[in-house]
Amino acid sequence: MTKHLKCTPKRAKKKRAPHLAPNDQASCSACVKSNRKTVPGVMSARGCAYAGAKGVVWGPIRDMVHVSHGPVGCGWYSWGTRRNLMSGINGVTSFAMQFTSDFQEKDIVYGGDKKLKQLLGEARELFPLAKGISVLSECPVGLIGDDINSVAKQSSAELDIPIIPCNCEGFRGVSQSLGHHISNDTIRDFVIETREYPEPVGPYDVALIGEYNIGGDAWSVKPLLEEIGLNVKAVWTGDGEIEKIAATHQVKLNIIHCYRSMNYMCKVMEEKYGIPWMELNFFGPAKIAASLRKLGEYFGEEIRQKVDAVIAKYEPKVQEIIEEYRPRLEGKKVMLYVGGLRPRHTVNAYEELGMSVVGSGYEFAHGDDYDRTAAEMPDATVIYDDISEYEFEQFAHELKPDLVGSGIKEKYLFQKMGIPFRQMHSWDYSGPYEGYEGFSVFARDVDMAVNSPTWGLVKSPF
Amino acid sequence: MANNLGLAVKPVTELCDDEVARVCEWINSEDYKEKNFARHALVVNPAHACQPLGAELAAHGFEGTLPFVHGSQGCASYYRSTLNRHFREPAPAVSDAMTEDGAVFGGQNNLHEALENAHALYKPKMMAIFTSCMPEIIGDDLTAFIKNARQKGFIPKDFPLPFANTPSFNGSHVHGYDAMLLSILRTLTEGKQVEGRCTGKLNLIAGFDCNTGNYREYKRILTEFGIPFTLLGDISDVFDSPLDGTYRMYPGGTSLDEAADSINSKATVTLGPYATAKTYGWIKDTYSGKHVSLPTPFGVAKTDAFIMKLAELFGKPVPESIKAERGRAVDAMTDAHQYVHGRKFALYGDPDYLLGYVSFLLEMGAKPCHILCSKGSKKLEKEIQALLDASPYGTDGKIYMNKDLWHLRSLVMTEPVDALIGDTHGKFITRDAKIPLFRFGFPVFDRVNLHRSPLVGYQGVINMVTSICNKFIDIVDETCDDRHFEMMR
Repeated sequence: MTKHLKCTPKRAKKKRAPHLAPNDQASCSACVKSNRKTVPGVMSARGCAYAGAKGVVWGPIRDMVHVSHGPVGCGWYSWGTRRNLMSGINGVTSFAMQFTSDFQEKDIVYGGDKKLKQLLGEARELFPLAKGISVLSECPVGLIGDDINSVAKQSSAELDIPIIPCNCEGFRGVSQSLGHHISNDTIRDFVIETREYPEPVGPYDVALIGEYNIGGDAWSVKPLLEEIGLNVKAVWTGDGEIEKIAATHQVKLNIIHCYRSMNYMCKVMEEKYGIPWMELNFFGPAKIAASLRKLGEYFGEEIRQKVDAVIAKYEPKVQEIIEEYRPRLEGKKVMLYVGGLRPRHTVNAYEELGMSVVGSGYEFAHGDDYDRTAAEMPDATVIYDDISEYEFEQFAHELKPDLVGSGIKEKYLFQKMGIPFRQMHSWDYSGPYEGYEGFSVFARDVDMAVNSPTWGLVKSPF
Repeated sequence: MANNLGLAVKPVTELCDDEVARVCEWINSEDYKEKNFARHALVVNPAHACQPLGAELAAHGFEGTLPFVHGSQGCASYYRSTLNRHFREPAPAVSDAMTEDGAVFGGQNNLHEALENAHALYKPKMMAIFTSCMPEIIGDDLTAFIKNARQKGFIPKDFPLPFANTPSFNGSHVHGYDAMLLSILRTLTEGKQVEGRCTGKLNLIAGFDCNTGNYREYKRILTEFGIPFTLLGDISDVFDSPLDGTYRMYPGGTSLDEAADSINSKATVTLGPYATAKTYGWIKDTYSGKHVSLPTPFGVAKTDAFIMKLAELFGKPVPESIKAERGRAVDAMTDAHQYVHGRKFALYGDPDYLLGYVSFLLEMGAKPCHILCSKGSKKLEKEIQALLDASPYGTDGKIYMNKDLWHLRSLVMTEPVDALIGDTHGKFITRDAKIPLFRFGFPVFDRVNLHRSPLVGYQGVINMVTSICNKFIDIVDETCDDRHFEMMR
């Protein structure tokens, strides 16, 4: 594998080599090192803790004001750029907006606590139906020693609204991942068990955890779960509502999609409230059916019967999709490099369309993510962690994929090379990709990426 | 755990419809506008980004140049993805990935290791270093760090490493552009001034401009004129590169040799006075030849000024082809004036663009009403006011400096206008107000190819007239009743 590092200086090569390895499917364990500091200067695709907190965990909660506390940039870049869709009336009941304290030099010198206190009051007045405010720290806040926790506590009491301080400065940790963890901790410390559902607790009450409604995924999966007889009491956090999240300690089972970003709270709820959790995958018909069956097994006969009926109901539609797209995609090779759950959860969806995933990796995974990936990926395929642009390009030259699924920073590089590409963080402005409804959109999108007639024009005749 | 805080456990509540309806109405009211304008600390939907974004754009405009973020890696990912989304092009840049230990010990080790790695992996001809928040707050000394990097052999002694301090808690992307451009030119031209030498060329600077079509338009105009030129910070081939099966990391940019020799030019013209204030100040003190600062050539008058200045500086007559172009632009404006005359506009953007919008609209007989800059100045305000005062169509114009798009929403909802000129971020306002949005500014995340269509020069006038008038006509066709649905418009 080290030939892909050929131009890399010695010190960096030593650090990078353990992050690239062939998969050992039978081992069911990680073949690469992960969750280490990014090597300076290699062009990593990673983001920061703030990105994990604002972009991933807190940002999708629709009925809160999320304040990017610090200079203007972080909030501006992360404004509307993740595609966590929301219901509600913007500016009234939901807030797909950018709120910031827009730090200036004087705030750095004198501290921003006073400004924070003032802006919390202003937000409360101008957005009276917001059900909470999160304060998401950017780098300077932690470096100058502001105390957002005490401001939040005081203002929360004065303004009679939950205000959640989240110390997610971008310099903390090695990637977005720590931002997820910090955000989970703030939910544990400030949110969970502060509300109760008004209706009586039912035997089939569940919560959907680590589902961010990218391109409407939650709107595809939630009805499916309802169709098999479950009550989805809360979604964490796609199109999320803070009070429903706060009452999640009452559910009977937590269904987790993105293990990486929310396993922490699943474990907290398991330990404290005895709520079991189950990691399920809703990409591609085989995984959807397996996930539904697992729920049927867990909840017993009544649900099991509905699961069988639902799978049977969608079967013809699934066959129709596969018959339409598989002939055009059979044998095509895919390379993935994404975050969260996608590098392993989407593998089977490609396989259903006759494609094979020849390389996969994560921006910010830990060892337990790679453990879970080993079984999903064929033997001897390539696994890469926190891959640099240089390494990614080298692998693509070698593996010659017919499709690359990764992010916006990678997209145009591969397209210039003549390799079809889909953004797999944002579903490339399409979606949903989860659930049965999502599979048809996914198949259509993959087909049009791979088979667009524009690829035939790349080589000029002169 | 949360309930350990001693908070009472309350039931989950639902918003009541009456209350929602009341607030929906209230946020469009005069009363709300007053309260909205009374806020001092909270900024909602700002129309500006931070300095390093502009610095990265400036860096991309030079041959073989790798933008280099000294700071946290997440910052670099944000700037890159913003440029990717706007241009739908690659935007390679590295960071030295500072983390907590950088905050404690300073970022020198990160900088050195990153210089070594990026130089080996990406083989740039220059790395343009700029800072994000962390090193600015802990006070990293870039001059010393870079000197040490050369001494310790992390980077060849003569490798160009311009650097700029671009704190995000000061100014905006426009200021970062200025700071980086200045440092690049200062670095490249050092020791290159030759007494008595004149290249006979024009240096042209576009300013913070994310429309690749504008750069191509400038080059076309200069070629028509037969004026030899160096376009400094030329991003046109970088962010509008061909798809032919080969990925080129550095597909364009101003040649470093030419940039180095730009100090010996016959003349230097900046067309982004607000985005290049510092750079231009330095050029005036340093560069040979004549120096001119002109407004970005939006609209006929500002383009006329640019064309006449070129003729004057190079002692050439205005080419017939450009005279004809001017005539065609005026023809297009006159043919279409009826679709825009008297229409009211709200507009926001960076200073240089904003001045251009105002000028162009007044020439068309349109009325700029709400004119907002989220990072403006007294000087800009005076300059816009002077444009308004000079036209009978400027009487309704009110200028709002250092306000944001949530303020603009209140203005548009209480004093309605026919359209908004801005960028993608304005779409929430125009959806609520049910008016069209013209995406002339940066960034554009939700439409294709707009950055390829020039807005400057006479061709730019035609393009703006076309987009605006046809949109108004589309609206008539889409909304009129059957009796008024006509063949001709």
